[in-house]
Amino acid sequence: MGNELILDINECNRPYWEALAQGSLSFQSCTRCGHNWLPSSRSCPNCLSTAWSWSKSAGRGKIVSWVVYHIAYHPAFKDRLPYNVAIIELREGPRLISNVLGDCAQLSAHADVDLVIEQEGEVHVPRFVLVGKGG
Amino acid sequence: MSGKSDSLRGKYVIAGIGQTAFGKLGQDTVSLNVAACTFALEDAGVEKDAVDALFVKTPTSSREILYGQKLAEGLGIQPRWGGAWDQGGAANISLISFAIMAIETGQCEIALVCYGDNPRSGSRDIYARPRGNDSLFGWFSTAAGYGMIHRAHMIEYGTPTEAFAAVAIAARKHGAVNPNAQLRKEISLEDYLASPMLIDPLRRDDCCLLSDGAAAVVIMSREAARKRGIDHAVPVLGMGSGQTSWELPARPTLTSTQAVQSGRLAFEMAGIKPTDVDVAQLYDCFTITPLMTLEDYGFCEKGKVADFVCDGQIEIGGRLPINTSGGLLSETGMPGLQLILEGVRQIRGTAALQVPGADVCVVSNQGGTMHTHATLVLGD
Repeated sequence: MGNELILDINECNRPYWEALAQGSLSFQSCTRCGHNWLPSSRSCPNCLSTAWSWSKSAGRGKIVSWVVYHIAYHPAFKDRLPYNVAIIELREGPRLISNVLGDCAQLSAHADVDLVIEQEGEVHVPRFVLVGKGG
Repeated sequence: MSGKSDSLRGKYVIAGIGQTAFGKLGQDTVSLNVAACTFALEDAGVEKDAVDALFVKTPTSSREILYGQKLAEGLGIQPRWGGAWDQGGAANISLISFAIMAIETGQCEIALVCYGDNPRSGSRDIYARPRGNDSLFGWFSTAAGYGMIHRAHMIEYGTPTEAFAAVAIAARKHGAVNPNAQLRKEISLEDYLASPMLIDPLRRDDCCLLSDGAAAVVIMSREAARKRGIDHAVPVLGMGSGQTSWELPARPTLTSTQAVQSGRLAFEMAGIKPTDVDVAQLYDCFTITPLMTLEDYGFCEKGKVADFVCDGQIEIGGRLPINTSGGLLSETGMPGLQLILEGVRQIRGTAALQVPGADVCVVSNQGGTMHTHATLVLGD
């Protein structure tokens, strides 16, 4: 305890985390208006419909913006400095906060990235690698 | 939009202003607020029992139930209207707007609007907090969100580092002349470039101060101020607000703010255009914020703000001096009410760095990670 990150995994977002554990990044798709979104919510933020389903992302996205931390706000990240946090836009539309693995100096606007799922403590998280730079 | 609101143009005034010292003060927030309110009432020459509305912005660094009532107790008053409001830094101007609407509808006559906080001697955890489950990626702090927006503006418009530096240099230049400023040290472009990268692209000198302190204003009708013989009351010519509720990743655009909306409302109510503005106090929690506000208010074309701020054009003596008391970057990190006080001083003609003959001052307030925005136009 103490250094652990506090997560809120609840009835609404649990399928997202379970899908990651099984190797896929999912998002919600509205069956009424077709809107795709993240993070999870009980109704479509576009049309308020509660008729939606989980869809699987193909895992390709692009970098919208990013920052590189040179200071750690939590002990868990002290040994990772400098590290980046990026906004990734999936091909299917939803955007999410993530990390782009590898050298922070290689990041560039609109660069294509591919999904890599990694284990982080008890959960699996979606990270990305630059297309053509991945392992 | 005009028609209804412009009938209120100049009908209400800021009749008094007050503030504490800024810096590390070691006092509780109610005491700080009470001190600022006392100075504001003295400045207006209003007895506290005449105050029938008390609007306070919730202290950012701590959350308390019924904070407005705690403050009323501290002031020993029984307000009819008021309470504590959380809208981030936009709340100051919003609360002035609510006070005006409440007086206009006959619900009250004299309102105090105030803010006090003590994150420097108390807790600054709120600014460093994890952002929900995204803490798994190291997504922490208020600053990082602004770093994302700063980078997005560079990506979309090629905004050079010098534009961000110009905001910091102007604030520090103006703050150095302000005897009440927390940080009174001018910087050069070289100093700015040498200041350490905290969350790239944010350098230390892109980031506002962390401060204890409080400020307050007294709001009443121009007619009430005239009857009371208050000769330094400053009329509110326009006010406006705008909000987005998208968190950063989901926001349709990162390079435009609700200043577009709040500015349009306030400028239309005031019947002004950007070229009528003599001086501006623009919320500067980070250097990107006033740059985007200048664009969104229409002072320059979107994406062209670098040309507008270069060569000292936003410094005293320039085309549009901004943040003439130092802003959040140099006077105090207080989220926004100090900018309103400086706007009042500019129109009164009593500012430490006075813009000669200033008739129109625009003040912007902003909250969250550019979630909320409010605009105030002050003038003679």
